[in-house]
Amino acid sequence: MQQFRTTCRFPLVWALLFLVSAAAFAESGVYQSRAAFLREALGSPEPTSAVIWMQKEMQATAKEILGHPYDGLRVRYWYEGDRSAWILDEIGKEKPITMGIVVDNGEVTMLRVLQFRESRGWEIRYPFFTRQFSGLTLTEKGALNKSIDGITGATLSVRAAARSANLALYLDEQRKQRLSAR
Amino acid sequence: MRTLTPYLAFAALLSATPLYAQTPDIDEIWAVVQRQQQEIVQLKQHLAKADLQLAEARLEIDATGNYLETVDTSTARAATTIGGYGELHYNNLDAEDSAQDLDEIDFHRFVLFFGHEFSDRVNFFSELELEHSLAGDGQPGEVELEQAYLDFKLTDSLSAKTGLFLLPVGTLNETHEPPTFYGVERNSVENVIIPSTWWEAGAALNGHFANGLSWDLAAHSGLAMPVSGGSAFRVRSGRQKVAEALASDPAYTLRVRYSGVPGLDLAASYQYQSDPSQLAGDGLDSGQLFAFNASYTTGPFALKGLYARWNFDGVAVEMAGADTQTGWYIEPSYRFSAANGDWGIYARHEDIDGARLQDRYRQAEVGLNYWPLDNVVLKIDVRQRDHAFASEAGRDFTGFDVGMGYQF
Repeated sequence: MQQFRTTCRFPLVWALLFLVSAAAFAESGVYQSRAAFLREALGSPEPTSAVIWMQKEMQATAKEILGHPYDGLRVRYWYEGDRSAWILDEIGKEKPITMGIVVDNGEVTMLRVLQFRESRGWEIRYPFFTRQFSGLTLTEKGALNKSIDGITGATLSVRAAARSANLALYLDEQRKQRLSAR
Repeated sequence: MRTLTPYLAFAALLSATPLYAQTPDIDEIWAVVQRQQQEIVQLKQHLAKADLQLAEARLEIDATGNYLETVDTSTARAATTIGGYGELHYNNLDAEDSAQDLDEIDFHRFVLFFGHEFSDRVNFFSELELEHSLAGDGQPGEVELEQAYLDFKLTDSLSAKTGLFLLPVGTLNETHEPPTFYGVERNSVENVIIPSTWWEAGAALNGHFANGLSWDLAAHSGLAMPVSGGSAFRVRSGRQKVAEALASDPAYTLRVRYSGVPGLDLAASYQYQSDPSQLAGDGLDSGQLFAFNASYTTGPFALKGLYARWNFDGVAVEMAGADTQTGWYIEPSYRFSAANGDWGIYARHEDIDGARLQDRYRQAEVGLNYWPLDNVVLKIDVRQRDHAFASEAGRDFTGFDVGMGYQF
């Protein structure tokens, strides 16, 4: 009886039960589809694509950038002239964040969070955060040329975004080196 | 004259040709050409075969790569997750009254996180902690369940949770992994005034907007503060830790937060305790907590601050002079990268006015954090505490702390 009385004093509990039942029809955490990102990045939902194989030296550099090996044998990218688009997964605290990054002439021109699965750090998917990635380039040492301002309580998600931008710039550099060597 | 010309030409040719050269006849040349032609045909056949094999190998590699791209490793590995953090503290405090000296080493917190993703929208999260290394009868430590809740993603910007969760108040109650804050010990405001780590059971809603504004609203179990004895009206002693907790008088917490500018975080929390002792007629009738925190980081510089205040109603709490309890701190810091990691220096000033006389003091500290890696930290600091009342002067101290912490 005591427990029942207590539950009645929690109007939020009832509201939550209603909302939770509606959750089965809610959207998942996909904020932008791959096709929509590519259309925004390169003007076509299916632009020309190619792959770059993660050879030994590249894996070593990717590990330096990410702090762990890249989880894959190759990376697919889409391109139009000097502009390339990359879709990369990187773990923030526990779960992978899927990011779309556009590099044009060695400079990040756009970063979008396509899917976010973490419980904290939702801020990183909004323009007020992602716009600071525009204009990022690599220094001679292969690091980002400027620091990214963080979000309190979402440090790990912010770092994941910065690492992904760094990797996309590096991969674009490798792509261009291979093209010029042909 | 015309008839002599071929002979003269032949004679000239003989004179220009070395005597040792053997000119092959036409049959020999034809045979060589035939053999070479045969070899060319064979080489062409080999080349065509090699081209075919290379094309097939490329197709096979592409097919393998294409298949691997379809394997969604991101969700496979995220179903059940394990994480954790821990911190070891060494405290060396020299008090005015030597009986209050502290020279102690303690593995203060060893924490494991377990999470499970039931679906894209339903997640479970938990935090299990062993405090002070050793738990059991007569031992200094405790095993505590600090979080265990189900989180339901209702829409992209609205979620609900129910279970045992951390309250949305203060700067470190929800985010308290050692690499995320300065100082070996946590700040005192979030010990005396906001009793972090502070968890309760109930239900909560969280929503956010694209401009960086967010809100949390929770209905949850309340405090059960003692109204007599040495810890009378001490907020920290009121935590029931959801262990067969009295639930007759719930509490409600609301937080509004703005994080729409990278580096900036502003938050205001309000909590209403319908009866913070869970007992009617004992002179502690209700309580309200107001907390404001702000932080701003630009490049290597950061400034963080927190103000928290309790207002309690009731005859007994007013007579004890504990009806208002306040605390604040301010913390400037500077973090920079070096060859082998990041370094951070900070200073913190705190002013605490809690229920017990020993909880009314000012504390100043400066210290150093070193992160060899983002998730690993070594810390050292010096601090000085001065109590407000002469009767507590023996507790005044100066000292230093050394610690290490990690998260994964």
